[in-house]
Amino acid sequence: MRTFFAARGLLEVETPQLSAAAATDVHLESLAARAPGGHVAGWLHTSPEFPMKRMLAAGAGDIWQLARVFRGGERGRRHNPEFSLLEWYRHGWDTARLMKEVEELLRALAAELAPERPAPGETERLSYREAFLRYAGFDPFVASAAEIVAVLDANGVSFPENLAADRDAALDLALSMLVEPTFDTARPTFLVDFPATHAALARIRPGDPPVAERFELFFGGMELANGFHELADPREQAARFRADLAARRARGLEEPPVDARFLAALEHGLADCAGVAVGFDRVLMCLCGATHIDEVLAFPWSRA
Amino acid sequence: MATYSTNEFRSGLKILLDGDPCVILENEFVKPGKGQAFNRVRIRNLKTGRVNERTFKSNESVEGADVVDTDMQYLYYDGEFWHFMVPDTFEQHAADAKVVEEAKDWLKEQDLCQVTLWNGQPLLVSPPNFVELKIVETDPGVRGDTATGGQKPAKLETGAVVRVPLFIEQGEVIRVDTRSGAYVSRVK
Repeated sequence: MRTFFAARGLLEVETPQLSAAAATDVHLESLAARAPGGHVAGWLHTSPEFPMKRMLAAGAGDIWQLARVFRGGERGRRHNPEFSLLEWYRHGWDTARLMKEVEELLRALAAELAPERPAPGETERLSYREAFLRYAGFDPFVASAAEIVAVLDANGVSFPENLAADRDAALDLALSMLVEPTFDTARPTFLVDFPATHAALARIRPGDPPVAERFELFFGGMELANGFHELADPREQAARFRADLAARRARGLEEPPVDARFLAALEHGLADCAGVAVGFDRVLMCLCGATHIDEVLAFPWSRA
Repeated sequence: MATYSTNEFRSGLKILLDGDPCVILENEFVKPGKGQAFNRVRIRNLKTGRVNERTFKSNESVEGADVVDTDMQYLYYDGEFWHFMVPDTFEQHAADAKVVEEAKDWLKEQDLCQVTLWNGQPLLVSPPNFVELKIVETDPGVRGDTATGGQKPAKLETGAVVRVPLFIEQGEVIRVDTRSGAYVSRVK
């Protein structure tokens, strides 16, 4: 991996694991580190995204990092609350070019680390809309929450009643239970052009409907990577943070401090770039045929 | 009663759903990249025995069900209820026909079996995996026939009817697997 990035001129960097601010994303649970008195001394990062973008804004070239990150409550066959995230950024690139590079890295790692296993098959790319139309039978940009829940029900997947009106959550479950399992596990599959409500930190491309310039990579029956054409507009970023915090308040969730230094960096100016985060433990799972993340961790959460 | 968050879900955990006690058979954490996290759970309703799938929002809390499995001795049947006793404490429980449904053909007085209590009431009685019971009625044995593999019905002292090899005689005690109802061996 170091050879791969060195050959391409990316600089390896390190950023703090413990920060004064935290991610606001409603679906990310930042863990707080408490000092002996009980007050929050800092927050363990859920990804190195904000400080890496601060480096970019400060004039760094293309950078990469393999970081240990922490996400509370995430534990299962493909989740460990502490895991390794591989993240890198490319100046002046769009998502199409970055997807190509993600694919090249995956193929390089497979050839180097698992030459005895069949090489990943031909890459497939399809839009969020095509994938849902083809495999779930509805248009994710049009269907109402009730319609999506009905499709889930018809497929034997119950939807929590206390989320009934949450259209985005219904889409998330349909993606995980109806769409994703149909992807060919032997072929890297890129899902692109997400609904604007699933933009996270991606730019929105105007259109009818507008779509988020975001991609996800699926391979071996797992989601391996998430990439963005990075949002650089400080006003829109601040508005998304405020919306996140409002949604957190409405759900009775903790409202962690917003990263003001990151917003200041955007204010200063973040050049056009694309970035991607790869779940590195899951890549290892694919390369050694593991079915549980515990198989690639020396000390998984149950024994950490 | 305790409540359990979805991140404490594991197989074997007993929870209360729609007022019925259920046991979790399988729990899978599902979370798309940047989206809502769910727990997909397979559960068995302990009252009806039915197995269902259910999706929970992760971090949701669910009430636990006060369900405990206790080894008890079967005492007697009074024509309406089956009576059981905890050997250590002599505490007694009466179970109706619905609760002993699966076990009643295998229950012999004094035998130990597993009684599942919910809020202190018997919910389910499971017989031991193997029981030794006397044959009260069967056709006369065919001496020496241990090889043909032929079988005949035999009625046991508890009322159950099982298939036994031809050489088995009335009055003999045999070992039976209660999960399949199959003859295992003769007991000398």
